[in-house]
Amino acid sequence: MSNATSSDYQTTGPANQSTGQCSGDITLSARNLTRSFGNRQVIHNVSLEIRRGEVLGLLGHNGAGKSTTLQMLTGCLLPDDAEKNESSIAICGIDLLHHPVQAKAHIGYLPETPPLYRELSVNDYLIFAARLRGIKSAAVADALAQTRQRCGLETVGNKIIGTLSKGYQQRIGIAQAIIHRPSLIVLDEPTVGLDPTQIRDIRHLIRELGNSSSVILSTHLLGEVESVCDRVEIMQHGKLIYGDTSEHMQRQGSVSGFIISLRNPPALGELENITGVSSVEQLSATQFRVLHAPDVNPGDTLLQLSAQHNWQLEQLTPLQATLEEVFVKITSEEQASADLARTGEKQ
Amino acid sequence: MISLLALRELRSLFAMPSTWFVLAVLQFIFTWFFLEILQTFLDIQPQLAQLANAPGVTATVASPLFNMVALLLMMLVPMYTMRLIAEERRNQTLALLLSAPLSNRHIVLGKFFGLLIFMLILMAGVPLMLCSLALGTNLDQGLLFSNMLGLLLLTASYIAVGLYVSALTSQPVIAAIGTLAVLVGLWLADIAAADENSSLHLISPLYHFRNFNSGLLDSADAAYFVIFTAMFLLLAMQRLHNNRRYG
Repeated sequence: MSNATSSDYQTTGPANQSTGQCSGDITLSARNLTRSFGNRQVIHNVSLEIRRGEVLGLLGHNGAGKSTTLQMLTGCLLPDDAEKNESSIAICGIDLLHHPVQAKAHIGYLPETPPLYRELSVNDYLIFAARLRGIKSAAVADALAQTRQRCGLETVGNKIIGTLSKGYQQRIGIAQAIIHRPSLIVLDEPTVGLDPTQIRDIRHLIRELGNSSSVILSTHLLGEVESVCDRVEIMQHGKLIYGDTSEHMQRQGSVSGFIISLRNPPALGELENITGVSSVEQLSATQFRVLHAPDVNPGDTLLQLSAQHNWQLEQLTPLQATLEEVFVKITSEEQASADLARTGEKQ
Repeated sequence: MISLLALRELRSLFAMPSTWFVLAVLQFIFTWFFLEILQTFLDIQPQLAQLANAPGVTATVASPLFNMVALLLMMLVPMYTMRLIAEERRNQTLALLLSAPLSNRHIVLGKFFGLLIFMLILMAGVPLMLCSLALGTNLDQGLLFSNMLGLLLLTASYIAVGLYVSALTSQPVIAAIGTLAVLVGLWLADIAAADENSSLHLISPLYHFRNFNSGLLDSADAAYFVIFTAMFLLLAMQRLHNNRRYG
């Protein structure tokens, strides 16, 4: 029985360990996903599409339905009307709902909590994960060495997983998701619980993975989307409310301005008089929030003036829009356009 | 794939110190019981010698020992089956299996065979001890064989029940108590039914084990165990499907 199933996977030897690679350009296409728990509908008509080499960020607050969506995309949950063919999920062109075994060979999934057998050693666990995805035993050693190197696990191979820190456990979780080189990598909040250096390393790794495969990652951190994602889908109350490239989204939410601190600050009026500055707010004795029109950046002028008048500039940080602000902006725009449409219908 | 999952199950079991502890304690209990029965046999042997057609050493020593193991299994199996799915669900490792290219059949059978092999290792000492008697006397190999076969079928049926109950919950303790309740319930159905011909006897695995225990190989008993085991394994597979369907 086991032989019959493993022959479905296309692994032949050490040279070809890319079990999960498929030829098509679109690695995931999901249509009309709907899901209820009891009477409560948590996901409403979600449709997604991802191309090879794309990193998609699924952004949303806790409880927005990100994890449920990802669980459906990886076959851990079935959409509501799976039997009625109203929704469909195709991984590399293979229908996940009707041919789950073949389709899942192309997926690597890191759930919210890394699925680790804590009593096993790191090597044993990763070998199990690789074999589970159909990598032939001859190719396992290669895949293991490569994955450990990519995820920074070289030094902990023989340690028992339960004895390792949260950061290592998270990395092992990522390692099991990529060891079979899947076409589609699904990461549910991959950087939670990591320290800043590890976060940087993992983001770097995700970017790298995005070159050869497609990656979906869910997060509630805007910074994560900015640094690694090509495209963003914002999710709220189980609906996708906004989707665009991540640069566009940042522009949507960005506030033009910066925070400056001057050790020898001038009067407030002097700052306000700089061309382009629209308003200045004093935050502390030395700190100011300077807002300006989006098309003129008074940063250069400010630097020159600071040097001329010896204001002793210590810091100049562009204002970052928070997810909250982007949300508010996007959702209020959605609301406004809906209202507009409604009044238009009435007239 | 099934053997891979079974091996993983075994590897995890042997990686836990508690497994070795249970293994040691059980060997101690089995040996003690074995020596106790053996002593009784040696004490009454002179009287037995005077009987015509007296029961041999295998019937006097092996059968009670296997019977005791069968009763112990009722408590032992739930302790191990509770981990199978309930703990994976609680530790959220089930997602690894659900998102892997496996069908529910692979998951259930992998876990079933993994634990079955483990239970056989756990009980391997019993036939080995009995074989040591062959140094001094002639053993009834047919009786030994039917007892071993009966114990194998009984273990398989208990594990299947435990696996299904474990698939129903995410609390290992509930899985353990639930399985114990079912197994003890089936046992009580057998011993509480006063009527010799009561159909309650027929649903109890231990009733069917009794024939194996006395050296009687009946295909009806074997069929009962096979159907019983298959039914609970199918229920467990269905439960895993419903797990995806209803969350």
